[in-house]
Amino acid sequence: MSKYKNLRLFNGKMSLLIDRKAAFIYTTLAIIAFVVFVISTGLGEMKINPLTVVKVLLGLGPEMETLVITSFRLPRIIVALTVGISLAIAGAILQGLVRNPLASPEVLGISGGAAVAVVGFMSIFSDQNHSLTVSIAWLPLAAFIGASVMGVLVYFLSWKNGVPPIRLVLIGIGISALMQAFTTFLMVTGPIYQASQANIWITGSVYGSNWTNVAILVPGAVILIILAILATRQLNVQELGDDVATGLGDNVQKHRFLLLMLSTALIGISVAFAGTIGFVGLMAPHMARRLVGSSFEALIPTSAFIGGILVMLADLIGRTAFSPLEVPAGVFTAGIGAPYFIYLLFKTRNS
Amino acid sequence: MTSAIETKNLSISYGKNLIIHELDLKIPKGEITVFIGANGCGKSTLLRSIARLLKPTSGTVILEGKAIAKLSTKEVAKQMAILPQSPSAPEGLTVLQLVKQGRYPHQTWLRQWSEEDEKKVNNALKATRLEELKEKPVDALSGGQRQRAWIAMTLAQDTDILLLDEPTTYLDLTHQIEILDLLFELNEKEKRTVVMVLHDLNLACRYAHHIVAIKNQKVFAQGKPEHVINRSLVKAVFDMDCEVTPDPLFGTPLCIPYGKGRCILKEVVISHG
Repeated sequence: MSKYKNLRLFNGKMSLLIDRKAAFIYTTLAIIAFVVFVISTGLGEMKINPLTVVKVLLGLGPEMETLVITSFRLPRIIVALTVGISLAIAGAILQGLVRNPLASPEVLGISGGAAVAVVGFMSIFSDQNHSLTVSIAWLPLAAFIGASVMGVLVYFLSWKNGVPPIRLVLIGIGISALMQAFTTFLMVTGPIYQASQANIWITGSVYGSNWTNVAILVPGAVILIILAILATRQLNVQELGDDVATGLGDNVQKHRFLLLMLSTALIGISVAFAGTIGFVGLMAPHMARRLVGSSFEALIPTSAFIGGILVMLADLIGRTAFSPLEVPAGVFTAGIGAPYFIYLLFKTRNS
Repeated sequence: MTSAIETKNLSISYGKNLIIHELDLKIPKGEITVFIGANGCGKSTLLRSIARLLKPTSGTVILEGKAIAKLSTKEVAKQMAILPQSPSAPEGLTVLQLVKQGRYPHQTWLRQWSEEDEKKVNNALKATRLEELKEKPVDALSGGQRQRAWIAMTLAQDTDILLLDEPTTYLDLTHQIEILDLLFELNEKEKRTVVMVLHDLNLACRYAHHIVAIKNQKVFAQGKPEHVINRSLVKAVFDMDCEVTPDPLFGTPLCIPYGKGRCILKEVVISHG
């Protein structure tokens, strides 16, 4: 069997080169993600065996299990999967744009911006009794706006005859630190209710996900993911450097801006529904590169499934390992992610 | 002789520093043109401006009769390819994946691997003798092989004009000759116009049909190396005293600098002029 498959349809109007080995890898990861999905849905205070879970998913399951699964578990696991996929793709895009494996939503200050927006939202829209004066449904929008504003801000502050990747990283780190300080300030000077709520949310949790959340998150994420896949060629060419990309006829600055905004949107929508689940955007694309290389045709699906699996597992551990306590998924992604980040820093210290 | 590229009154500055001043130049079609000059004289800057990587402060660059500023970057990419100095590929990218990128201006999001694309990429790999190495990561290749891979990418782009900014710097002599021989062959066989910046004057004289010496923000002299390169030019452009004598293998000007070194000649024979 040859290493590649030429996919040509409609008399050559559509053509694609598929790397068989990479396709095998991301298909396997997709299957693993599905397995984790099913098992995760089955685990909790009430243990449901995987076969029953599949029956429930097909609408053929027993009443009690169907209730538990559809009311409590499915929304949250779907959110975990979607957020994992979105953050992983966003991280892959950022790493391609900045041409640095350390680039990620946290490092570039985008998650930080969303966090400030959320805590700010909770500060502004609270009354004396420490309850919200507006519907909590507005919170996701605030997070999304915070992420987007920070994305645009970091971009424009980095502008100097275009956006050199190093500047983007340095300014991102600076802004990120500033946002963290600001967030802590808001939490410390605000009412106590807010601080603990905000804290849980900021660590990253899918606790309390409901079908309304899913109805907003999933279609939005799907659209953004499709856009990312359509941008594969632009991503590939940007990785070769500005000069080469321009020489190949790419409109480098325009595409860089649009891709940055796409990444910000993916991060914003994730942060809105699950808080800042850290390090997924760093680890997933990095692991994916080890498996399938740097070409985005394979990198996007591979990172996506790794990200989905990571967040689903983190959430699973968080809600079952310390039962009846619920530990936010973000704790575990940080638990693996922070040492991984330090290991990366250590490895690249000589280059 | 028709020109592939022309500059008219071209001025380029970095901030307040004027690097190139009102420079007029005609680059002959189907030939190898080499820019030479002292370090920092602006030869790379000139090449990059011609490649539209740098915007000139004033003046125009004309590509096949049209002002380059009026063409979309994609249209330019179909006529002219540029290999910048020290390009870098992402970790793990294979030779095939790199060379495929050369097809970028010819592709759309729907059509990413047409038969034409496949043919051009295979031809490029063949011309650079990289067929056996196409699955290897670019960063695992030797200096010469890596440079051949980048050249293969520009070949796959399928343009009439090829610009190269110091393609042989940082390569050892064997690999320098490997690359220059390849470019010379491509020019001979396919009549591609090649424009490059070289820092080695002697190699420039050997491979260039047309040599352009840059000094004081302008073209100091241009023409066939054997008509243009002599003692006084080298002194003026590089501030170096040398003997210029015909290369014993090729007959093109060979520049031998005066200075220190072990002189083991019994009789020193000097030709004047």
